[in-house]
Amino acid sequence: MIAVRDLVKKFGSFVANDRLSFQVHKGEIFGFLGANGAGKTTTIRILCGLSYPTSGEIEVAGHDVYTEREKIKRKIGYMSQKFSLYEDLTVSENIRLYAGIYGLNRKYIARRESQLLEQLGLQHIKNQLIREIPLGWKQKLAFSVAVFHRPSIVFLDEPTGGVDPITRRQFWEMIHEATREGITVFVTTHYMDEAEYCHRVCILVEGRIKALDHPASLKEQYNSKNMNEVFIKLARER
Amino acid sequence: MPGNMSVVISQIDKSFREVHALKQVDFRVNDGELFGLIGPDGAGKSTLFRIIVSLLVPDSGTCRVNGLDVVTRYREVRNVIGYMPGRFSLYMDLSVEENLQFYATVFGASVRANYDLIREVYRHIEPFRKRLAGRLSGGMKQKLALSCALIHRPQVLILDEPTTGVDAVSRREFWEVLKKIQQEGITIMVSTPYMDEAELCDRVALMQKGRVLDVAVPAEMSKREESPLYALRSSGEVYPFLEKIRKQEGCRSAWLFGNELHVTLQSPDDEPPIRAEIQSWNVPSLEWTSIRTSIEDRFMRLIQKENESSE
Repeated sequence: MIAVRDLVKKFGSFVANDRLSFQVHKGEIFGFLGANGAGKTTTIRILCGLSYPTSGEIEVAGHDVYTEREKIKRKIGYMSQKFSLYEDLTVSENIRLYAGIYGLNRKYIARRESQLLEQLGLQHIKNQLIREIPLGWKQKLAFSVAVFHRPSIVFLDEPTGGVDPITRRQFWEMIHEATREGITVFVTTHYMDEAEYCHRVCILVEGRIKALDHPASLKEQYNSKNMNEVFIKLARER
Repeated sequence: MPGNMSVVISQIDKSFREVHALKQVDFRVNDGELFGLIGPDGAGKSTLFRIIVSLLVPDSGTCRVNGLDVVTRYREVRNVIGYMPGRFSLYMDLSVEENLQFYATVFGASVRANYDLIREVYRHIEPFRKRLAGRLSGGMKQKLALSCALIHRPQVLILDEPTTGVDAVSRREFWEVLKKIQQEGITIMVSTPYMDEAELCDRVALMQKGRVLDVAVPAEMSKREESPLYALRSSGEVYPFLEKIRKQEGCRSAWLFGNELHVTLQSPDDEPPIRAEIQSWNVPSLEWTSIRTSIEDRFMRLIQKENESSE
């Protein structure tokens, strides 16, 4: 789904991504962890076709990031904590706006919209402004909108910040369901228990990949009982 | 003074137009305690802190810091508290040392006199003391903001989500610093959405939608929870078993918890049939065991009860 070879991204003399190489397999939940400033957002922007790499070979959903960015954008979904839905539009307007942006057919949109509202239990608030609905519902709706057009890959940038522990888990249940439908998930998070839900985890330290493996293998390798310990031990390695 | 109450919050109510932000919030923080205010966005943590530090007036109820009423004696309150608000409180166009100097001066304190208190934190950014605050990394801004909150040697330190959005390593380091500050006899109130940090507090208040659901010592969460709690563990994935477990008679709730499922039963009598059912699935890597209730388990139980009663 994603193939990255020797990705380098420089901002002036600052090397944000230092020869990253990794692959993401279809249907996988791929965790991308690291401190703020380690280079995660830079990488995601490149993979989404929002920014050019300085060098390296990168393919997303079978398309080259240098020459086929528009094709990539049609096949991906994106959701972040900072931006997901338009606050001054209603629930329904947001769904239809994003569906339109991703090029879905009008009749199809209407049907999928009512399916989605029913699935999330949001029919009663479909005409409410986003800014007025609780954060937990916003998050779940934002995710649903990001996968509305059945993308091959969905990028989630710290999607569960700020919600209560029940909502966070319901959100991850939605992610698991999406994976069952064949969607590949690329997620960053600061919650280490969420790292456990990933099939494989990639840990960035200062622009470089420090570890890339299944959580179970990483725990064994670092003699840790959970991913939190792995992360801490790894970051303290100098 | 030991045994005294640093902060007394009595029946506080606060609304903003239609939003009822705080509902009858009532609890105490003991002198020298590291007290955690735990809850998601919208719980009312920031609003409560703003009332405690005298930036907001409650609609009803009272709050006292070291015996001083935060409304009538706000000037004195402002001298005994140190406040690190959610968004950074720094002047971006002043340097690191200018920021520190500013805060010390505003409180009539001196950097030199109180340097020992902030040394642990400040020494990491001291090499950058001439750099403009706006050009510091997130972690360094955080350290500077903390130094500025401490420079006048407050008796009560109030930190509003200092670690939100920060990686696990930096968070742990920050809490190590907090423990050191606590050893200086300073009472600390800190809010956080992270349950692992909640476990590090002496006592916690669990908040959601303006209400305090519980106030307790972390280690005593198990005693406060009547429903027995179990974990289903697997060397492989646990998600496939979630729906199966939820369908079992006697299962009150089941949730993902990292590499295990946490299962609450209706009553202890429901355990043997469920254990038998799990064994009948014939998955050798599955482990079923009773576990201690963590803060997060307790919090989820309380949230669920709240949601059920409001339906």
